[in-house]
Amino acid sequence: MTFRTPTGGSIDRNTLLHFTFNGRPYTGHPGDTLASALLAHGVHQIGSSVKLGRPRGIVAAGSEDPTSLVQVEAPFSEPMLLATTVELYDGLVARGLAGQGRLSPEPDPARYDAKHEHCDVLVVGAGPAGLVAALTAARSGARVVLVDEQNQAGGALLGVDEYLDDRPSAEWVADVVAELKSTPGVLVLERTTAFGMYQDGFVLALQKRTDHLGFAAPASVARQRVWRIRTRQTVLATGAHERPVAFADNDRPGIMLASSARTFLHRYGVLPGSRAVVFTTDDSAYCAAIDLAESGVDIALVTDARPEPPARLAAECAARGIEVRAGHVVAGTDGDRRVTGARIAPLAATSPDLTVDCDTVLVSGGWNPVVSLFSQARGKLRYDAELGAFVPGEELPTVRVAGSATGELDLGACARQGRDAGAQAAAAAGFTPGGQVPLPVSDSRCTARSGLVLWRVPGDDDASFVDLQRDSTVADVLRATGAGLRSLEHVKRYTTIGTAHDQGKTSGMIAAGIVAEELGVELAEQRPTTFRPPFTSVSFAALAGRDRGELHDPVRVTSIHPWHVAHGALFEDVGQWKRPWYYPRDGEDLHTAVLRECKATRESVGMMDGSTLGKIDVQGRDAGKFLDMLYTNMMSTLKVGRIRYGVMCGVDGMVIDDGTVIRVGEERYLVTTTTGNAAKILDWMEEWLQTEWPHLDVHCTSVTEHWATIPLVGPRSRDVLAAVAPSLDVSNEAFEFMTWREAEVAGVPARVCRISFSGELAYEINVTAWHGIAVWEALMAAGEKYGITPYGTETMHVLRAEKGYPIIGQETDATVTPQDLGMSWAVSKKKPDFIGKRSFARAENNRTDRKQLVGLLPVDPAVLLPEGSQIVETDRLPEPPVRMLGHVTSSYPSAALGRTFALALVRSGHERIGETLYVPVEDSLVPVTVTESVLYDKEGARRDG
Amino acid sequence: MQLIPCPWCGPREEAEFHYGGQAHVAYPEDPAALTDEQWAQYVFFRENPSGPFAERWSHHAGCRRWFNAVRDTRTHDLLAVYRVGEPMPEVTA
Ligand SMILES: [Zn+2]
Repeated sequence: MTFRTPTGGSIDRNTLLHFTFNGRPYTGHPGDTLASALLAHGVHQIGSSVKLGRPRGIVAAGSEDPTSLVQVEAPFSEPMLLATTVELYDGLVARGLAGQGRLSPEPDPARYDAKHEHCDVLVVGAGPAGLVAALTAARSGARVVLVDEQNQAGGALLGVDEYLDDRPSAEWVADVVAELKSTPGVLVLERTTAFGMYQDGFVLALQKRTDHLGFAAPASVARQRVWRIRTRQTVLATGAHERPVAFADNDRPGIMLASSARTFLHRYGVLPGSRAVVFTTDDSAYCAAIDLAESGVDIALVTDARPEPPARLAAECAARGIEVRAGHVVAGTDGDRRVTGARIAPLAATSPDLTVDCDTVLVSGGWNPVVSLFSQARGKLRYDAELGAFVPGEELPTVRVAGSATGELDLGACARQGRDAGAQAAAAAGFTPGGQVPLPVSDSRCTARSGLVLWRVPGDDDASFVDLQRDSTVADVLRATGAGLRSLEHVKRYTTIGTAHDQGKTSGMIAAGIVAEELGVELAEQRPTTFRPPFTSVSFAALAGRDRGELHDPVRVTSIHPWHVAHGALFEDVGQWKRPWYYPRDGEDLHTAVLRECKATRESVGMMDGSTLGKIDVQGRDAGKFLDMLYTNMMSTLKVGRIRYGVMCGVDGMVIDDGTVIRVGEERYLVTTTTGNAAKILDWMEEWLQTEWPHLDVHCTSVTEHWATIPLVGPRSRDVLAAVAPSLDVSNEAFEFMTWREAEVAGVPARVCRISFSGELAYEINVTAWHGIAVWEALMAAGEKYGITPYGTETMHVLRAEKGYPIIGQETDATVTPQDLGMSWAVSKKKPDFIGKRSFARAENNRTDRKQLVGLLPVDPAVLLPEGSQIVETDRLPEPPVRMLGHVTSSYPSAALGRTFALALVRSGHERIGETLYVPVEDSLVPVTVTESVLYDKEGARRDG
Repeated sequence: MQLIPCPWCGPREEAEFHYGGQAHVAYPEDPAALTDEQWAQYVFFRENPSGPFAERWSHHAGCRRWFNAVRDTRTHDLLAVYRVGEPMPEVTA
């Protein structure tokens, strides 16, 4: 049996679309939604409910629908879409959900993007009020953006058969849209939902560009686009949603909002069923009843909860043989997978006096203005007792509300509000009015009288559903108030009402009403729950846009990177940098590769790509004075040509970074930072220069990426350097430790620094990034006879740890001082002040039980301690709480030591050297010996080669 | 996404800015002369008013200048912005 009307609706009956739902084939037409196509086949049940497994159908015709969640399976699997907003296309495969979907394990092949738009007036909603607002603003010359979530303009007009100015309303809509689209500076966005409204006129809108094309969607077009709109003025013409009434068994398929049934009829040419009972508290449902009756639906009964039904509409019903019962309600329903009967009761009585057979129940409990965006824009809401709904309660300087979003129900009045709001918005944005837009005159038989406010019909509270998606009932609300909850926010969280995909569009107001009734308070005194973005669901893919895969986060690579890739390096992410981690040879794992790299470097020569090291060029007359304040040690006394290691602290005296400082010239230094801290330290410098010492003549520039930096490390490094830099005297006497020289290296001008982060004889070769690869390859060639070995960050970490050199951020967190690291030698006693100095005198900084950096040697030299392990005092764990002495910060097997070792921060660590402590590892306590942090070449004999 | 009016660049999106905490907390003239408590006041203690609050901002992804702003902490509305070294303007919340 078909429920499709022979004519009417904006569907193309001449074209057949095939689709599959819950495994069965169906047909529909272009213009259908999945919901309307299913209803045309008499299919009401979409899925079942999330907790109780009750059959659930289609309640509304649009994005406010609480129940019709589906998973679209083809062309691409996507969960949690509403059948009422999925436009039908050929080949669609979908199935109903029980409140939860399933993300596709496959990567989404579609493209998503974002676009920025700036305008003078943004109008949200293309119903009568929004259209008139947009046209009024456009005629003033303002840049206007009109967004609307439907695939065609018209708003509520799409669901009625009204005539405007004596012609079908669609013609009036088409004329307005045509004028808007032909006006320069006006952008009309269909299928676009404004889902978030933020400060200063910032609005996010999601445009579904190709969803409706299904398999025919061109791959070259972004499927969805997030519009990032910045507007001076906004007109919210977001309309109103019809509100249901809670009654027993109000969730069966076939029970639908009256205006939605009317929309299905007029927009899609679909009847909701054969025989309907209408349950209303206001006038608007009469129009649905009359329209459906004229289209062939048997309207078995109209129950109007009000004692007096509207005389004219009641007479129209009588003329069509429709019985109207005033003062009556639907108090319950029968049926299983579809409603089969409605139990009718007087509003005041508790038991039904009549059961009416039907396959459809149409409900209208009044209208809720859509105030979500207004509330997001921090507009205050006011309870309108006549409407039984929250409405915009104040004027905002840049946001105006027009149409039924204000609570106004009359079309003419809505259009007038739109015209006023459009004119005011344009004027506020600095535009003078253009030609006045005439207001349309409607022939609607429906009056704008508001109805009786009725939240629920007394009955079985456990089966009276408030939030159908969450399976939350009147009984749940009563449990919440019974438990002492008074705030709507608390009730929302206790009952989960309003937390599903629909954000309580049809349920929130009812819950609020029942709470107020139960507590005996006025709703006007209740604060409504806060509306938050997004208004409708937005997929993560849309929010991510193009920022996926390689574009998710910028990747920084050094100039030598291609060589590392070509030679099989595995990479480690350090901030945004890709750094070679190690270079495995055939069959090597991390452990064996690193042991080999360490051994080769300590015994002959190795080299690494150190280009990611942060580099800041500090210049100016006061550069030395400035660095003296930033570093704990003295930098102004450094001689040109020399290098000094330095530590930086915060004002609290805790280490924030370390590195070398090169004095390039009298008024010029090159500061190096930890790879991950380069930007932070530049910020730190600028902050002090701008906010505290603007009188200093100092300029800081990041030069990190200007230089390729290659540490050449090991006893043979001098021979390799000599081979590629024949003009440079590399002898220890001529080129001392902690000095630098300018020289030609591999035919390229270079700055060579004699510094070491491994304890070995080492040179750091700096050339412009442009020459990085050429110099790297020249060094590889020159070192070949010594077995030169490229190594990565892991080997660097092991080599420095063997020497007890800390890595800032690994050995330290924000609680470690230079003294804790055993670096009192790097803290100046002479300087009157530097950042952090005063904190070193604080009592807290002088406690003897501070955590201090030490080495740990597991008694069993084969045991590798997990980094992060806790350290305890006794070989057996006492009853909790157990006193923790500290934790392991670094732990490696060492080729040079022939055993494992670790660095750790330990309470009173410097006093504990020689003690045995214990490290809980899984179920055992591993004994370890505390040592000095320097474990290899304590005398520093290897430094000069 | 709020617009923050950088005194050098004009209104820009807040994502371009970094927050710098309470304004007008000067580095002490002579830290060595302070008691531990006075020094701790400088290092650790900050106001947390409900209402107008003078604070530092840096136009980090723009001109990279630090400046001061008076923000109403209840609404996030920026009541005034002014350059480093300028006195805090009178504001009405
Ligand atoms: Zn700026």
